[in-house]
Amino acid sequence: MTIMQSFTELVHQRQQRESAKRNRPVESEVTKLDVRNLNFFYGEKQALFDVSMTVAERAVTAFIGPSGCGKSTFLRALNRMNDIIEGAHHNGTVLLEGQEIYAPDVDVVSLRKRVGMVFQKSTPFPKSIFDNVAYGPKIAGQRNHKGLSEIVEQSLKRAALWDEVKDRLQDSALALSGGQQQRLCIARALATNPDVLLMDEPASALDPASTSRVEDLIFELKQNYTIVIVTHNMQQAARISDWTAFFYQGYLIEKDHTQKLFTTPKKKQTEDYITGRFG
Amino acid sequence: MSLANAVSPLTPPKTGLRLQKQFSWARAREAGVRAVLLGCASLSLLTTLAIVYMFLTEAVYSVTPGTTAFFQEVSLWNFLADTEWSPQFADKHFGILPLLCGTFVIAGIGSLIGLPIGLAAAIYLSEYAKPKFRRMMKPVLEVLAGIPSVVYGYFALVFVTPYALRPIFQSLLGIDVDIFNAMSAGVVLGVMIIPTVCSLSEDALRAVPRGLREAGYALGSTKYDVSLKVVVPAAFSGIVASFLLAISRAIGETMAVCIAAGQMPRLSLNPFRSMETMTAYMVGASLGDTPAGTIEYKSLYAVGFTLFLITLGMNILANWVMNRFREVYE
Ligand SMILES: Nc1ncnc2c1ncn2[C@@H]1O[C@H](COP(=O)(O)OP(=O)(O)OP(=O)(O)O)[C@@H](O)[C@H]1O
Ligand SMILES: [Mg+2]
Repeated sequence: MTIMQSFTELVHQRQQRESAKRNRPVESEVTKLDVRNLNFFYGEKQALFDVSMTVAERAVTAFIGPSGCGKSTFLRALNRMNDIIEGAHHNGTVLLEGQEIYAPDVDVVSLRKRVGMVFQKSTPFPKSIFDNVAYGPKIAGQRNHKGLSEIVEQSLKRAALWDEVKDRLQDSALALSGGQQQRLCIARALATNPDVLLMDEPASALDPASTSRVEDLIFELKQNYTIVIVTHNMQQAARISDWTAFFYQGYLIEKDHTQKLFTTPKKKQTEDYITGRFG
Repeated sequence: MSLANAVSPLTPPKTGLRLQKQFSWARAREAGVRAVLLGCASLSLLTTLAIVYMFLTEAVYSVTPGTTAFFQEVSLWNFLADTEWSPQFADKHFGILPLLCGTFVIAGIGSLIGLPIGLAAAIYLSEYAKPKFRRMMKPVLEVLAGIPSVVYGYFALVFVTPYALRPIFQSLLGIDVDIFNAMSAGVVLGVMIIPTVCSLSEDALRAVPRGLREAGYALGSTKYDVSLKVVVPAAFSGIVASFLLAISRAIGETMAVCIAAGQMPRLSLNPFRSMETMTAYMVGASLGDTPAGTIEYKSLYAVGFTLFLITLGMNILANWVMNRFREVYE
């Protein structure tokens, strides 16, 4: 089974790279997010069926599955982005470090500051590079220019964009290339200092070079952040994630260590999907 | 198979087809429709050209021998610098300043009232209102836009001045309020431009892609943050253009200001006195007994031409802003 072999190889390469970089266990086992029996509806239409899953802290969890299977819906349920969609409702629980995020007394705004999000299409605001990154801290009440500059510099450095833009922070963000814009959006998300970063196909609109930069970046970020990423690219999932969850038609079919899921899937549907027999 | 055959170079090409155009009713109709449409399109252009020609010959330089145009009798310097406008007196003065002053004071008051309210209404409709309410409000705004301006003028004269301005400013604050005054004209003008501002700004706001709003929310924004710090800046060019068009409309507005502000050319910034705008002067002069060929008659064209240049400038500026600052969203 050559596809399986190639995945094994990818995972192996990655682990080598990882252990070479820092001496620490590949996966952490502390639960950051705990989702229980989540059903999700767009009006009448049910998009998620009884999904239960945990997301480990300081690790990368990838969601894969065919188009329309509910990956984005699930991801957006984790920072309540679905709240702004008319007619959307759900039942079940989503716990962030043990706290129900849908509890009536939860402040959505502070939840979203802790659980940041990066979208498939980069969405820079039509402002300067500086103002894009400073947006989050500014609305959070940070007014001090020196403080803002520090946050901006730090965030851009973490997003591996600083060297490319440090001389033109006042230029419009729209003048950046697609890959740079996406890293800018990552920097912007990091500037609010989240502990969880949700990424919905962050590299799908990028060329291979930019994709690999974003992947390297995700790799770096997981030291400090819990990362959940939706991807259509299974090689990418194999390269960057510690855990992989496979969704199909609104159901979570299985979630396992990436290596296990790609080499010895437990479910027939998973195997069919990763070997390219459907989807 | 058949497709491959059809494009195969081996198929012998057809020969002997006539390439010359032949008469057919379909083609004749096509040409007819085209001519009518072209005619309609040219009509507005020709009208504009004719108006400009008229302005030029009556105001700037007369082409008819033995007659003179306005600026051949009154120097441009007098026109721009004289502080009095009194064409109907024996001692005639043709200083445009009092009329410009009236126009800009009234348009200024109207803008101060109409622009913020119109923009706020647009933000409400685009960002806050339920779709149902929005669908209901749009026609209401159009009705507001469709009220004849003479109605607004009388509203200012018989309601705004006696029941709003006088009780507040005259009785309470002791400021004399003329029955004809710039303030009442400005107030109704503000109301009149709300639909323009609201409708155009709302279009601009709604053209901002949903992704930008979502990105805003994902960074921990409240609805207020998203509306004012993401959507409004992203729609900046459209909003400014709607402002400029509304101001240009306010400057050109005639009937309402003529009725409400009166016909007293005055170089003053006191909004509670009667003032005359350029448009109001033109109404007055053309209604009155103003024989063609007199300097008074020609002054109409000079004032009209000035007004034309101002509104043209505003519209060009609006277009420039639209193109210069447009954020392109695919
Ligand atoms: N705003 C919405 N209103 C109604 N239905 C929606 C909405 N968004 C998604 N859906 C439906 O919910 C289901 C799951 O969609 P979702 O976007 O989560 O899929 P996905 O796995 O992210 O797909 P893709 O890989 O194409 O992004 C689909 O059937 C979709 O049509
Ligand atoms: Mg999706």
